[in-house]
Amino acid sequence: MTDRLTSLREAIEAVLPNVDGVLALRIGPGGISASHLFSKEHPEDLAKLALWPKEPVPDTLKIILRAHPDAKLAIVCRGCEERGIVEMFKHAQLNLDNVTLIGLQCEQAEAEFCRCAKPFTVHSKTTVGQSIKGVPDPVTEKIAAMSQPERLAFWKQEFEHCIKCYGCRTICPQCFCNVCTLEDEKWVETGRLPMANPSMYHLIRAMHMTAKCVACRECEETCPADIPLAVQFRLMARDVKELFNYEAGAVMDQKPPQLLVLEEGDYERSGLPH
Amino acid sequence: MIEYENVLTTCPYCGTGCALHLQVLDQKLVGVLPAKNHVISEGGLCIKGWNVHAFVNHPDRLKKPLIRKNGKLEEATWDEALKLVADKLGEIKAQSGPDSIAFLSSAKCTNEENYLLQKFARAVIGTNNIDHCARL
Repeated sequence: MTDRLTSLREAIEAVLPNVDGVLALRIGPGGISASHLFSKEHPEDLAKLALWPKEPVPDTLKIILRAHPDAKLAIVCRGCEERGIVEMFKHAQLNLDNVTLIGLQCEQAEAEFCRCAKPFTVHSKTTVGQSIKGVPDPVTEKIAAMSQPERLAFWKQEFEHCIKCYGCRTICPQCFCNVCTLEDEKWVETGRLPMANPSMYHLIRAMHMTAKCVACRECEETCPADIPLAVQFRLMARDVKELFNYEAGAVMDQKPPQLLVLEEGDYERSGLPH
Repeated sequence: MIEYENVLTTCPYCGTGCALHLQVLDQKLVGVLPAKNHVISEGGLCIKGWNVHAFVNHPDRLKKPLIRKNGKLEEATWDEALKLVADKLGEIKAQSGPDSIAFLSSAKCTNEENYLLQKFARAVIGTNNIDHCARL
């Protein structure tokens, strides 16, 4: 049986002649990997193709597509990244007609690292690797089992550690507003650590991620204060599933519950220019 | 042809040495991503590191030395600026002694540049008044 890296390389080589580029990971200097746009002009780059650690590739896809809206690109995506791309499509951030998905199935150790319930792709037509079952998330379960006052105390303490790097917001493929409420001094105070009210930043972000978070855990991985950020989004996702029967990125033609479609006409924009 | 690349570098802001990727799209700097498997920063950055790309092409960035003439900052050549600084330092040292001068170095410089500044302070000017921006 061919290993996953070889299979992925073959899958990329097959799609490369038909697209402007394939977004995947490449090993760089010192063994440090990063996302890279592989092109048919430089097929030799594929010798440095990498699988892990995963990167916020949907965000990079968005950056490239904003500059090149008509580009035809392929992207190697894991289950979470595929869900992220689907949610970005639903929120009009990209045109899926121009994007070819190459699904990369996670291995057991990778799924356990991410405590991932869905380490597999469901939309990609081309897939690489064997799909495995989801694994339990003991961190989320532990916090979910706490009493309400315990949970409040837990999160208050965690948010006190926040150094306000905005990394969780910046790395998030689902954070794509042109103007961010978290940069509005009305809501989030600048210039003081810990913040006077650290919950403000984190709960505003939590609310804004409702039914959008695809559990990729990029926020948690980049947090210099080790706040278990994915847990709050995973617990909120349970509520969204229960209340609206909606799972972010799961079903292509299911409308997100917070998206309101207005009838055609002239509307005056109020509040922040989102 | 679309060109997208992540260029690995070290954050210039302080001495910690966090690694980051500069996102370069079509030869233009568009953003920053942390480097996950880097031994120092382990995929994290502070707010300065996350915004490193912002100062590179910022219109307010100083590209030429400025000298205040008649209360107004005016562009000058490096020779002119360095001569002015050397003259003034010599003048102050002659009038008030070497310990009337202090040097503040920067965590944004390399080790070698910081070494040179303290050497300049101690060996050329003759003072131990040397400190760095991380204590400001």
